[in-house]
Amino acid sequence: MNALSVQGLTKTYGNGVQALKGIDLAVEEGDFFALLGPNGAGKTTLIGIVTSLVRKSGGQATIFGYDLDRELEAAKSCIGVVPQEINFNQFESPETIVVNQAGFYGIARPVARARAQLYLKQLQLWDKRKHASRALSGGMKRRLMIARALMHEPRLLILDEPTAGVDIEVRRSMWEFLREINQRGTTIILTTHYLEEAETLCRNIAIIDHGRIIERDRMSNLLRRLHTETFVLTLRHPLQQAPGLPAYSAKLVDEHTLEVEISTEQNVNDLFARLSALGIEVISMRNKVNRLEEIFIRLVEKGAAA
Amino acid sequence: MSTVVERATRRPLALGRARWIGFETILIREFQRIVRIWPQTILPSAVTATLYLVIFGSVIGRRIGTMEGFAYMVYIAPGLIMQAVIINSYNNVVSSFYGAKFGRHIEELLVSPLPSWIIVSGYVAGGVMRGAMVGLVVSGVWMFFTRLPVSHPTIIVAAAVLTSVTFSLGGFLNAMFAKSFDQISIIPTFVLTPLIYFGGVFYSINTLPAWARHLSLVDPILYMVNSFRFGFLGVSDVGVWDAFAIMIVAVTVLFLAAILLLDRSSGIRE
Repeated sequence: MNALSVQGLTKTYGNGVQALKGIDLAVEEGDFFALLGPNGAGKTTLIGIVTSLVRKSGGQATIFGYDLDRELEAAKSCIGVVPQEINFNQFESPETIVVNQAGFYGIARPVARARAQLYLKQLQLWDKRKHASRALSGGMKRRLMIARALMHEPRLLILDEPTAGVDIEVRRSMWEFLREINQRGTTIILTTHYLEEAETLCRNIAIIDHGRIIERDRMSNLLRRLHTETFVLTLRHPLQQAPGLPAYSAKLVDEHTLEVEISTEQNVNDLFARLSALGIEVISMRNKVNRLEEIFIRLVEKGAAA
Repeated sequence: MSTVVERATRRPLALGRARWIGFETILIREFQRIVRIWPQTILPSAVTATLYLVIFGSVIGRRIGTMEGFAYMVYIAPGLIMQAVIINSYNNVVSSFYGAKFGRHIEELLVSPLPSWIIVSGYVAGGVMRGAMVGLVVSGVWMFFTRLPVSHPTIIVAAAVLTSVTFSLGGFLNAMFAKSFDQISIIPTFVLTPLIYFGGVFYSINTLPAWARHLSLVDPILYMVNSFRFGFLGVSDVGVWDAFAIMIVAVTVLFLAAILLLDRSSGIRE
């Protein structure tokens, strides 16, 4: 069964801006799905329609088979949403916020209190449960929104840039948590500008641009389409000019840093063998940009040129 | 794996319980808000009631003498209690709902499976709760200084509840349309206060010239104040059943308008 299915979804705002121009998309139950796109591409509008915060202009959307037009209550009860911007009452405490949210989904207070303890502990907010939520740090506020979205144990969790502005340590702990939630059966749709995050977590991906889906594939398939990758090598001894490496495109960035472009037909072992033969010692190596980022930029640039 | 509401949609009784929990949660949240900011919600009306009591009841009231056979202090007491109920019911809903719009936490309710009529009912019940809390505090202040007769307790409760629901719904509609904090203070200041003051709180319209008496009859608050006063003193400038008919029509029309607007989400959803 599809967790989310949309057909021919369109949205034109009152000012005439056409945010969605006929979106067709299906997300399978249990998937960890990335929805990517540049700013203003239509991601948040699409999420807004699915969560019923934005009214669609046309098309159809179903959540686990429940039609948003005809079975709104059942459809909404399946969704948990973590929005891009903070949208809880900052004068309330984290515990009050999450317990009340459960109540809006028909969950009795004793059950809600037990779940509040579970999720606030899992998201390391239990110590802050009685504090005014406006006093929480940015990362804590984001985690609180995740806890709130999980209180009714939704079948589909939609995360709109959940780790924006969160430090790397907290971000990685959130990734672990989201992986666990997904492994327990919750379908997750993630939008993010951190493409490393999407590449690490998601199995399937759609890229949206100018209100249209321009790519929809398995993450692994998409990454395989990358024909070249650029690696940055840090050298132990300084070089004055780029070494001669036939078949490779190499550029000396500074005397200790060499950038080498490798195509999918070539291999890193061969490159290192050649460097060793030239007496060049490499002490570390990294991708110049994230692989998904490289594909993303190419696809979006191609779309813009078209 | 399925959610509470998803399971409940297949069983009407369970769906009713899920909705009841949602309603109760909005009410609890409103109660928490009223208590959290009690110096803004409860205290001002108690202070105002005491001031009215001292100035109108004691200082000026002694010179006025009686009205409709009652000491002036006793005559104006029901109207002033009703004034507190009206203002607090209205202000509670308008500030709470507009605050939720402004702070965007209204989205917590809009993404939830609760239907619009439950959301409206929850906020209105919050307004009635604050109206009742303040009404009791103000009544307590007056009862402490003067002996207020109670002729028809059922009418007192019915008039207070219907009036409170009417103005809670008014506050809800104001908040739906408001685009700034200025717009939520315009109606209470420029519409509600004059209507209350000309609504027979301080006088019987029988003391007015004919043209002013007829003009007063278009003020809906006149009917609310007089039905409430009838409950205490057994006297009214208007027919009590006319007053209840007007209040029931007002509640019905405003409730339907509020649901319709929330369904369309004018000013909330894009």
